[in-house]
Amino acid sequence: MIQDLLQSSPGLVNFGIFFLLGVILLLVVLGFVTYGILAERKVMGYMQLRHGPNQLGGRFGLLQTVADVLKLLLKEDVIPKAADRPLFILAPIIAFAPSFMVLATLPFTDKFQFADIGVGLLYYISISGLTVFGMLLGGWASNNKYALLGGMRAAAQMISYEIPLVMSVLGVILLAGSLNLNDIVMQQKHGWFILLQPIGFIVFFIASIAELNRTPFDLPESENELVAGYFVEYAGFRWAFFMLSEYVYVFGMSTLITVIFLGGWLAPFAFLSFIPGAVWFALKFCLVVFVYFWIRSTLPRFRVDKLMEFGWKVLLPIALANIFLTAVIKSLFF
Amino acid sequence: MIRTEEMLLNVGPQHPSTHGVFRLVVKIDGEIITEAKPVIGYLHRGTEKLAENLQYTQIIPYTDRMDYLSAMTNNYVICHAVETMMGIQIPDRAEYLRVLAMELGRIASHLVAWGTYVLDLGATSPFIYAFRDREMIINMLNELSGARLTFNYMRVGGVKWDAPEGWIDRVRDFVPYMREQLKGYHDLVSGNEIFLDRVKGVGRYTKEEALQYSLSGPNLRSTGVKWDLRKDEPYSIYDRFDFDVPTSDEGDCLARYHLRLQEITESLKIVEQAVQQFPAEGEIMAKVPKIIKVPKGEGFVRIESPRGEIGCYIYSDGKKEPYRLKFRRPSFYNLQILPKLLVGENIANLIAILGAVDIVLGEVDG
Repeated sequence: MIQDLLQSSPGLVNFGIFFLLGVILLLVVLGFVTYGILAERKVMGYMQLRHGPNQLGGRFGLLQTVADVLKLLLKEDVIPKAADRPLFILAPIIAFAPSFMVLATLPFTDKFQFADIGVGLLYYISISGLTVFGMLLGGWASNNKYALLGGMRAAAQMISYEIPLVMSVLGVILLAGSLNLNDIVMQQKHGWFILLQPIGFIVFFIASIAELNRTPFDLPESENELVAGYFVEYAGFRWAFFMLSEYVYVFGMSTLITVIFLGGWLAPFAFLSFIPGAVWFALKFCLVVFVYFWIRSTLPRFRVDKLMEFGWKVLLPIALANIFLTAVIKSLFF
Repeated sequence: MIRTEEMLLNVGPQHPSTHGVFRLVVKIDGEIITEAKPVIGYLHRGTEKLAENLQYTQIIPYTDRMDYLSAMTNNYVICHAVETMMGIQIPDRAEYLRVLAMELGRIASHLVAWGTYVLDLGATSPFIYAFRDREMIINMLNELSGARLTFNYMRVGGVKWDAPEGWIDRVRDFVPYMREQLKGYHDLVSGNEIFLDRVKGVGRYTKEEALQYSLSGPNLRSTGVKWDLRKDEPYSIYDRFDFDVPTSDEGDCLARYHLRLQEITESLKIVEQAVQQFPAEGEIMAKVPKIIKVPKGEGFVRIESPRGEIGCYIYSDGKKEPYRLKFRRPSFYNLQILPKLLVGENIANLIAILGAVDIVLGEVDG
């Protein structure tokens, strides 16, 4: 549907429809962020013998995040005197813009995908790598020692873990024979890649947690050491931008994992395919998000030097061995 | 022109992991610490000076505020000092109540140490589990004394209140429950690879260094010195109980972590035996004069608090107030080794090492 629109002649109506679809996606993502945060707080709450938000918006705290966002909007916009003003203002935008850009290539169902480009997977990984500039700039521009340390950690971590992240999906690319996300999903008709690429999946999942800066890889913002890391000086809506980009990445990364390892919108068994793809997609997506929350409330944090060691000495060799193994198997049996 | 310079970083006094108002001025090269200087005194209240103008019973509430995580041992040390100097014999039932209160307090204190330590290392959930179990102890001590943290429970010559009805049964039920929970703690944290990576071999010191720095408690026992005043200089009725003094030869943060959990097990043994031997009835106060006047002279007692040796020195000139009163506060002494341990470590280890020393700022600052 969207592909037809893109190919048809540019007109006001076509543009209007396209724009409307974009707004729908935006609302879906913002809805996810709103209720993803609530779900995270609820899940962590129940795992920690608490209730989580339960006051605003009924007994499930449905309006808690909305209230939080409103509060952030009303807060005073503080910029430290010694901060590098233009960079300080620019940093949250640089961090947050790529998080929305990556959504363009993600296929949510076979119809609902905005840009079905040949190198979709590569596009996602390269664009999401831009966010680290925002973090580094934010840490630098704040002129705060804790923020600087956090920003440096963020840069080191993101770069170190991007490499195993890319290497681990190479196995999938070899099997699928394409970088196009749509093709990757269609290749999983007879078996998800999580079954064919278990090692690749584990490496990818671990590296993705590091990319998302979540526990146990939340070193850039490690609360107990660096207080809040790179955004320690940010307040109000600038801070919200960092937070928003973080949760949009959770959305993006969960979608990506669903697409390349869990068969996207495909039903697990052929006889279940009467249920619409969107439902399957949502179920798998929620599962991945839940596992992220679960890990967060269970594990302690890595130490910064061990983190580097783990990335370079453990994950990368495993990912490389996986590529080799996949290549051998593919050339022998397929 | 490229040049490098050391960065001066103030950790605290407003920092989530310093366990209170503690400040560390560290010089860092990248993330490596080249020099660390603790700055203390933000919570100084002059307890020792205040005590010079107070009667002995009036001093007891002030001791609650020193080591606020195990106020019972502090209560005991001042009462014990006065009783020793006056030669007062304490009734059996009071002794048992004191031991129960102190050992429950020790468990509660180690639970906080465990929970906050793991929280410092980034795991959020264990902290809340520890506080759930600590809450049960706090409730029991609350029933006993009427307060949750600052108990002000012990008096010269005994204790203020008798155990309410059914209290002993609740303590008895708590022991197996806590043992079960401890297993869960080990399952959740002790074997975790990430956790082990952060504490194993970190903050190591030798037996000689520990003795030179006058460390005590788990900080000393982690180097293999078997020294526990409950065993080596039995006070109160500790000679009636059968328990071990866990030690370790590693001397690192992991050893201290394990010792604290093992000490909970040992304290549970003591509580179990104390509940069994608990006298059905009896006095809870010895006969003491209305106005307590310590005879002329000086005296020093020391006991084992969860953090180490807590001592109380009294110089009396025969009046109802002490002429001079001094507490040996274990956290203060344990903290002294910190600058030595931190040099050459990175910022993440700073938190791990500081947490493993387990300081309470109320006690450090006095």
